[in-house]
Amino acid sequence: MPEEFGAINIISLVAYLVLAPFVGGLLAGLDRKISARMQGRFGPPILQPFYDVSKLRQKEGITVNKVQDFYMGAFFFFIILTGAFFFAGGDLLLVIFTLTTASVFLIVAAYSSNSPYAEVGAERELLSMMAYEPMVLLVIIGFYVACGTFNVSEILAADIPAIVYLPGLFIGYVFILTLKFRKSPFDLSMSHHGHQELVKGLTTEMSGKTLAWLEIAHWYENVFLLGIVYLFVAFADVWSIPVAVVVCLLMYFFETYIDNNYARMKWQIAINSSWIVAVTFGFVNICAIYLLQIFGIIR
Amino acid sequence: MSSITKSPWVIHYDGSSCNGCDIEVLACLTPMYDAERFGIINTGNPKHADIFLVTGGVNEQNKNVVKQIYEQMPEPKVVVAVGICACSGGIFADCYNILGGVDTVIPVDVYVPGCAARPEAIIDGIVQGLGVLAEKKAKMDRGELPCADGCSCSK
Repeated sequence: MPEEFGAINIISLVAYLVLAPFVGGLLAGLDRKISARMQGRFGPPILQPFYDVSKLRQKEGITVNKVQDFYMGAFFFFIILTGAFFFAGGDLLLVIFTLTTASVFLIVAAYSSNSPYAEVGAERELLSMMAYEPMVLLVIIGFYVACGTFNVSEILAADIPAIVYLPGLFIGYVFILTLKFRKSPFDLSMSHHGHQELVKGLTTEMSGKTLAWLEIAHWYENVFLLGIVYLFVAFADVWSIPVAVVVCLLMYFFETYIDNNYARMKWQIAINSSWIVAVTFGFVNICAIYLLQIFGIIR
Repeated sequence: MSSITKSPWVIHYDGSSCNGCDIEVLACLTPMYDAERFGIINTGNPKHADIFLVTGGVNEQNKNVVKQIYEQMPEPKVVVAVGICACSGGIFADCYNILGGVDTVIPVDVYVPGCAARPEAIIDGIVQGLGVLAEKKAKMDRGELPCADGCSCSK
């Protein structure tokens, strides 16, 4: 936690805890509506994700292995904790390691059911983690190299938006957002679409309330992931806040656009392409910033 | 109205259909009919489904499959028999391998006749199934069906 844990941190923390499910659900609804319009359909109501979750909560609970509910609870808790650290202006390293812990609990939850479909989903989730983790770590390192701190509130207090120093990392981060949002072409482990292979991946053995918790956790997660996009754009100037929010929304709907334009690709392509992007855009960007700093061209 | 009727997720199983009804079921999802505007999603997973659409009659080979899918679905759930073969066996009713309609194996709530059943009729059948779904939810709340907490008081 930063030394000056002020009122603004508490307000954004509480706002995250209370509002993130609503914002995440609305974004999911808009995503479905826009996807439908792109396909020439009318589409479901924008509030459809809330109806879905509300229905799932009323269904009978069927759990093959009771321990799955414990792991799902842990996933839910750590996802919220990830966002809480982030929106309270905490340490980015802590944020990212908590996020990884949460993802691991989700994978273990899928494994614990012993269903062959859920296991394949879990293995694919591990593969996609392998694909996106290097880029996530590079983003954090990039923020440190550019801003001299891991602290979210200090990064937001910079004089220049981080994206000026880190354009390559921004592109790389948007690339792995496709993996994190589980959108085509990288919706390997589970898809929110009707088209699906291997039944429903990670969620095959989850039903009723468990699935409802998973949906809500994803809404929290999506808002947090967009929070990192926000971190790239926002800086000390007040007017950067609406700009950053608009950039977040643009990136979200850009993912919808990508989702509707690509079919699912093989996991090899997911790993290769995201590592190539991490090395070319991410690593080169960090090296460039580092060299510019050594030669005193910036800062 | 309870939200249980606002998000019907459907699982579709082809019994011994000639594929005529299956094509019409899929036609419901196309831009022409767009079943998703009612929140209808075609899921492949019985554990996520609320409505079980069966096309074609049931035979000796697949009666256990039909039963198993039905048993894997969490309550409240509704079965919709799509097409005349699923309703009664249709022209195949007298075949040696056909048991008859879906109701010979599992309880059916809504019958959608037709050969093949038209997409409008299928969507109408699902919407009628929603009424049954709401009734079953009410029964669940009264404790006559297994409760949402996962106890197995149904059997």
